[in-house]
Amino acid sequence: MELPGTRPDQDLGRHEVKTTTCYMCACRCGIRVHLRDGEVRFIEGNPDHPLNRGVLCAKGSSGIMKQYSPARLTRPLRRKAGAERGAGEFETISWDTVFDLLAERLGRIRASDPKKFALFTGRDQMQALTGLFARQFGTPNYAAHGGFCSVNMAAGMIYTIGGSFWEFGGPDLDRAKLFVMIGTAEDHHSNPLKIAISQFKRNGGKFISINPVRTGYSAIADEWVPIRPGTDGALFLALIHELIRLGLYDRDFLTQYSNAAELVNLDEGSSEYGMFVRFEVPPEEGCFDPQNKLWWDRELNRPVGTHTPGVEPRLLGEFHLADDTPVKPAFQLLKERVEAYTPEWAAGITGIPAETIRRLAHEMGITARDRKIELPIAWTDVWDNEHRTVVGNPVAFHAMRGLAAHSNGFQTIRAMSILMTLLGTIDRPGGFRHKAPFPRPIPPCAKTPNGPEGVRPDMPLDGMPLGWPADPDDLFVDAAGEPVRIDKGFSWEYPLSAHGLMHNVITNAWRGDPYRLDTLLIFMANMAWNSTMNTAEVRRMLADKDEDGEYRIPFLVVADAFHSEMTAFADLVLPDTTYLERHDVMSMLDRPISEFDGPVDSVRIPVVEPTGECKPFQEVLIELGSRLKFPAFVDKQGKRKFRDYPDFIVNYETAPGSGIGFLSGWRGRGGEKFLRGEPNPRQWEMYARNGGYYHHELPRSYQYMRNWNKGYLTWARAHGLTRYAEPINIHVYSEVLQKFRLAAQGRTDTRQPPDRLRKRVETYCDPLPFYHEPLESQLTDTRRYPLNAVTQRPMAMYHSWDSQNAWLRQIHAHNHLYIHPKTAAAAGIADGAWMWVESRWGRVRCLACHSESTEPGTVWTWNAIGKAKGAWGLAPDANESSKGFLLNHLISEELPPHDAGEHLSNSDPITGQAAWYDVRVRVYPAGPDEPAESFPQFAAMKPAPGMTTARPKWFAYVAGKFAGASGKEP
Amino acid sequence: MTQLALVIDLNVCVGCHACVTSCKQWNTSGWAGPMADFNPYGADPTGTFFNRVQTFEVGEFPHTQTVHFPKSCLHCEDPPCVPVCPTGASYKRKEDGIVLVDYDKCIGCKYCSWACPYGVRELDEAQKVMKKCTLCVDRIYDQTIPEDRRKPACVIACPTSARLFGDVHDPDSEVSVAIREAGGYALMPEWGTRPANHYLPRRRTAIRIHPDELVRADNPLTKEDVALPSADNTLEDAIM
Repeated sequence: MELPGTRPDQDLGRHEVKTTTCYMCACRCGIRVHLRDGEVRFIEGNPDHPLNRGVLCAKGSSGIMKQYSPARLTRPLRRKAGAERGAGEFETISWDTVFDLLAERLGRIRASDPKKFALFTGRDQMQALTGLFARQFGTPNYAAHGGFCSVNMAAGMIYTIGGSFWEFGGPDLDRAKLFVMIGTAEDHHSNPLKIAISQFKRNGGKFISINPVRTGYSAIADEWVPIRPGTDGALFLALIHELIRLGLYDRDFLTQYSNAAELVNLDEGSSEYGMFVRFEVPPEEGCFDPQNKLWWDRELNRPVGTHTPGVEPRLLGEFHLADDTPVKPAFQLLKERVEAYTPEWAAGITGIPAETIRRLAHEMGITARDRKIELPIAWTDVWDNEHRTVVGNPVAFHAMRGLAAHSNGFQTIRAMSILMTLLGTIDRPGGFRHKAPFPRPIPPCAKTPNGPEGVRPDMPLDGMPLGWPADPDDLFVDAAGEPVRIDKGFSWEYPLSAHGLMHNVITNAWRGDPYRLDTLLIFMANMAWNSTMNTAEVRRMLADKDEDGEYRIPFLVVADAFHSEMTAFADLVLPDTTYLERHDVMSMLDRPISEFDGPVDSVRIPVVEPTGECKPFQEVLIELGSRLKFPAFVDKQGKRKFRDYPDFIVNYETAPGSGIGFLSGWRGRGGEKFLRGEPNPRQWEMYARNGGYYHHELPRSYQYMRNWNKGYLTWARAHGLTRYAEPINIHVYSEVLQKFRLAAQGRTDTRQPPDRLRKRVETYCDPLPFYHEPLESQLTDTRRYPLNAVTQRPMAMYHSWDSQNAWLRQIHAHNHLYIHPKTAAAAGIADGAWMWVESRWGRVRCLACHSESTEPGTVWTWNAIGKAKGAWGLAPDANESSKGFLLNHLISEELPPHDAGEHLSNSDPITGQAAWYDVRVRVYPAGPDEPAESFPQFAAMKPAPGMTTARPKWFAYVAGKFAGASGKEP
Repeated sequence: MTQLALVIDLNVCVGCHACVTSCKQWNTSGWAGPMADFNPYGADPTGTFFNRVQTFEVGEFPHTQTVHFPKSCLHCEDPPCVPVCPTGASYKRKEDGIVLVDYDKCIGCKYCSWACPYGVRELDEAQKVMKKCTLCVDRIYDQTIPEDRRKPACVIACPTSARLFGDVHDPDSEVSVAIREAGGYALMPEWGTRPANHYLPRRRTAIRIHPDELVRADNPLTKEDVALPSADNTLEDAIM
């Protein structure tokens, strides 16, 4: 054997290094791909990249096995004539046939009723393009996966502080002293969070994790506080109660930068009841808060305009205006709201002892107050007050789906945002910090059409497919108040459903409520398996037929790189490329990878050729958009504008001459401009030269307090990030919600909800956060189903993506149901035994694993490890299908019929966020005679034509070559 | 004399497995490869890994610790796997203390894996030779790799920088300082193998609150026309 080091690795073949962006999850780390003789030899983190600074996770380091996976689709496929949908019988067809067929069918729909075409996408990172395609098509029926992911997190925070966690903001752990992580999946925001947590711990900060289970990040927390699922809101409200009781809040921050001191009209007889008192009509209307509200002057004991120089307002009290209108500062209403939310009250709900809740409040309040950071950075606020320093209260939070995936999630996240505000931590060092393009106005400006007339044949949609309603007039409903969208988004059922409700599309389309679709195009979302609720039924709906023998969803197109449970149901399969084979942009128009210190966006540049006939989905959209002559894709003569996707990225502008395109770096003819500037023909080259990203570091004085920072806001407006340079005051009290409530109460002359929804809207659209039991629990016999069931995501897998990965599946080949030993003992379930977990909607047989790091009222499992037999290129006897299971079978996409109607989504009543974690279950042992196999099982899927069908007994990978099968040394 | 080693900081390891697969992808196409995978897409997939993460729970709810424990060859100073090797395939390098296997000499007799108390040797079932961590011996001296990346693949990948790499015989090296200052320990010292790799234990940070901190003259409630929380109320609630 040659001595090690005899020959450098790069001399073992033709060595190349190419820089691009990872896509093994949604984190988007910079990577350097080492090739040997054109095949992938090693993928490492890019040390120069601002996001991951050279590190790479288990998924990123296994990209090789994704590239060469046998689950890859390589040919366009059409369901065989006469074959049943779902049987997986396909024939290969050419791309020309695909485009002819789609252009004809979609053209027909567009010319008659564009809403009969729906485009829904998974975790695709190209929403700017897919959204543009849908809008140009003219259909309102578009959304990405946000509605079933974390829209509560986005909406709850954006409607409160003008920004949210992950892409748009996060904890400043570089300077925080106390870090509170609550309900966070292990993959949100993967590598940056891991880097930050380890640095934070090494710097001596205290890390508290509040979670029903102790895994991953929580494992290294200094304190683990187990909590019952769905009760986080109760905890936040009790913490707020304690902070207010003791005066442990940042008074200056609340008065200056939130609406806490603004006076609310409490005249019961007024149509303005519960609205802020305004002293003048704003000279200009726009999507910003006019500064025309009142404070109560502490000194002179009278009302005064907010931010009047030298005035200190009251936060508490009850006052009367000159016309005798009774008013209270919003903060007084918050104090009254949390009066009953004592730590003792919360203890009974959350399972956290009252003394622990009190101590947590004290640790937060005292750390915020007494360990202040003062940076010598001068800045000017929008009221022209000059500040010599930037002050920070070093308590940072991070939260994700554990809070979001409950039907009380929106109000819970409002409560968390208000807690963060009380502590004075918004866009300040050591607290929460924004990332461009946030902060944005509350709510942001984008709006959908507000009626069915926004959908017009052969015309683009008259508005955005997704938006941010500010009042009932912004809802997308017809004259009867009923939804226009297939998913019923932006209707009275889910008024602030900013990301749509993808989880209800198939059921609604199947039922024809509100109407039938013609063509449903699904891009990389596994809606026949782990991305859907009520999986078995949804699979039935996908293949269900009318009495006349036609499919209820007439035409189903699936674009994906991999053979999944979903592709089996397609009438047409479009094989996508992998991330190593295509161009991509992480755009400022979508979810860029900005840092706290300024905007960052990035690209993917192909490092290897596409496999087989794979075509990037972007190219499919550009081709179809051009053939269908969308205004954005053709010139006045109807001639195609863009050669291909890279050409589109360079030359597309949001409006003619706007200077705003998908990429923000190296704009202007010579690449001399950023964010805004003419198209630059050499833009891709310039990104490539810079490691595939563009990072604009803001001046230090623009890096903090951006909601109110005059310099930053003026700069952001000048560069097209925002429309207005107006202050973005924190909505401790939400007038937006109050407007919906007033309508539901019939107090205002705006649009009114249908009667069946009045009580629901009035109850949940509360301008102040409140706690309610999750909707499913309210409607379920919780004595029969005493346990909560939730999922977590392992760090070495992203959703369902990695079971086809030979290395990663060795880490998680099948999942268990984790259960506290006492809970298991009470049910007679032995460690490692087969057991049943049952909800009112169905039951699943799975393997038990006793766990002391599981809250006793909770059972949980790793998400999406379980697979259908034969899916994802796996053998029918693979662990994923024989032992693995999916919890989704236990979760309904709809609530049982109740006073607000039937067929309401199992979602948050404000945002439509899928309430995955609301499900209630019971557990019992499997019988001794039952098969040792997970349940339910489905008929094994066949491989599709064009897939590698050989499954070697073994292989050994060496830089693109697979030794194997023979058993001989390679 | 140099003894290269890994020091693994359990205080920050979140069990993400980055070290596991970055090791696999570097080494399967490198000097110590290939690393075979059996049933890669079938039942009970299993393959050769030089580094694995074990996860276990310690203590009873709610005082449970979840420990992620990455484990690979510890490059013992007195490695029991070396003297038992009948062919001299297993050897410890003088210049840097790395324990290696010469596959040409290995006959796959497994004596070394029986001798290793840590269970970190893996018989490659395809090649029928014993394989193990080499500390990426084909990276760390490779002058064509940028100097700051001339480290084992697991070290450059680790997102929490839980893996430190260096010479544990140099008292001023990063690894020696970490062992000294953070209470680094070796596994099963009673076996007398003197593992070169060390582990840093969990360290717990707590916040201590003095009752005085809850009652302050600058309490913002003094700016309101309200009664302050009474002292007995506040203190009784606060003292633990």
